[in-house]
Amino acid sequence: MTIKTWLEIAIQDAERRGLPELKPLLEGLAKATSALRTAEWNADASGDNFESPLPIDSTRGKPTTESPNGR
Amino acid sequence: MAAEPQTIAELARALKARDTTSEAVVEQCLRRIAERNATLNAFITVFEHEAREQAREADREIAAGRYRGPLHGVPFSLKDLFDVGGAATTAASRVRLGHVAEHDAPSIAALRDAGAIFVGKTNLHEFAFGTTNEDSAYGPARHPLDPNRSPGGSSGGSAASVADGMCFASMGTDTGGSIRIPSAVCGLVGLKPAVGELSTEGVVPLSTTLDHIGPLCRSVEDATIVYGALRGHTRPPGKPIDPRALRLGIPRNYFLSLIDLQVAACFDSACERLRSAGATLEDVSIPHAGDVPAIYLHIVLTEAATYHAKTLERRPEDYTPNVRVRLEMGRYVLGEDYARALHGRELIRREVDAALQDVDALLLPALPIAAPKIGVATVKIGGAEEPVRNIMLRCTQAFNVSGHPAITIPCGATADGLPVGVQLVGAAADTSGLLRVASASERYLGPGMSR
Repeated sequence: MTIKTWLEIAIQDAERRGLPELKPLLEGLAKATSALRTAEWNADASGDNFESPLPIDSTRGKPTTESPNGR
Repeated sequence: MAAEPQTIAELARALKARDTTSEAVVEQCLRRIAERNATLNAFITVFEHEAREQAREADREIAAGRYRGPLHGVPFSLKDLFDVGGAATTAASRVRLGHVAEHDAPSIAALRDAGAIFVGKTNLHEFAFGTTNEDSAYGPARHPLDPNRSPGGSSGGSAASVADGMCFASMGTDTGGSIRIPSAVCGLVGLKPAVGELSTEGVVPLSTTLDHIGPLCRSVEDATIVYGALRGHTRPPGKPIDPRALRLGIPRNYFLSLIDLQVAACFDSACERLRSAGATLEDVSIPHAGDVPAIYLHIVLTEAATYHAKTLERRPEDYTPNVRVRLEMGRYVLGEDYARALHGRELIRREVDAALQDVDALLLPALPIAAPKIGVATVKIGGAEEPVRNIMLRCTQAFNVSGHPAITIPCGATADGLPVGVQLVGAAADTSGLLRVASASERYLGPGMSR
């Protein structure tokens, strides 16, 4: 669901439930969700993923010299 | 005549030497509560009778040579999210009316075993869902230096109670900064240990994966004593660190980009004092720190809504209006966005680890402003109006997301005399190491309100 569609539905639902005061909060949440979805570190099914500048060996919590995916 | 004990460590020495009695100290705290609680609204419940009884018992045990350690006979307050057997846990909400806890939370049982005396349960932002303590079914807690200001939150009553001399320490909870924020604005030391080190069982949750518990007190030594009791040991945290060997990393990006000028001046001055003491300060980076608020928001909203869904349906009118609508907002977060936030959390955890790789701790402000006025929704910083809530969480929430241990220590005051604090963040799962760094730094940072 796109953020635009989600926001429309959420506001309609909040109004139906008698909570119009939720509207500005949902608009703020939509901005935060947009920031979250557009963050460069999001996984991408095409395989064209963000590469952390400091890949970490998660078993030890220490930076490794190579990226875990070999790139 | 010796000066009155100001810290747990000083009081413990006096009690052990029988220079004073727990009964006398508890009586003094109860008198202070009676004088000041009408103004500060720090306490929801006062255990007057029980505290006197426990103090007398502590004095009897100490006199009989059964000294339990540095918390024996020491008066504590507890944020009213912690279960105390036989008492209400109100969470500062009408939703909890009629609740009585069956047992002590494990953390409270550990303090009780160590001999702590509980003088009462303190006010908070309802269900810990806020940073100012304004939304409480019991009315706002107020700042000891200026009752028109917030003592911070959500553990605001806890901070006010310690800063005003109503007790020597308080137990608080910290989901995005709720121990560190009120500690900093009230001139106290506040410790958020590493995630998962201390049990949150028997503590009303806000966000199950972000919640932490810990003490608000008057010195790093006191925080170390309480942390030791909560962990079930009394051994010292290890060899003291020479301040000349300290290496501290300042994460300038994001954390110092939006800050009140007076708070920035206090922070810079604290850095200079540490440098003069021989510490090495260097800049480090947490590259995606700017993504933390969105990550945090999606986790806290979802997890809080999960806990409150039933009562939001059944008795929504029993919540304060602001907390109710924020909880309702969480019911609209989509699963994919919660999962995305959890992925971002892992990235932040790794970046904080990396920032700590070559330093003993991170050094940054506890929060970008001093205590805000009650009823004010925005503050002006850098020419722009910013929401008080967002600004207050700005420097602390990253370390709930990452789980690293963090502590605030007083470092000065604004021109109005309002306390300012710095924050130290330690290596993952090493709260003892952080406490050693904090102990080595404390004397160069400046006195707190209560010391």
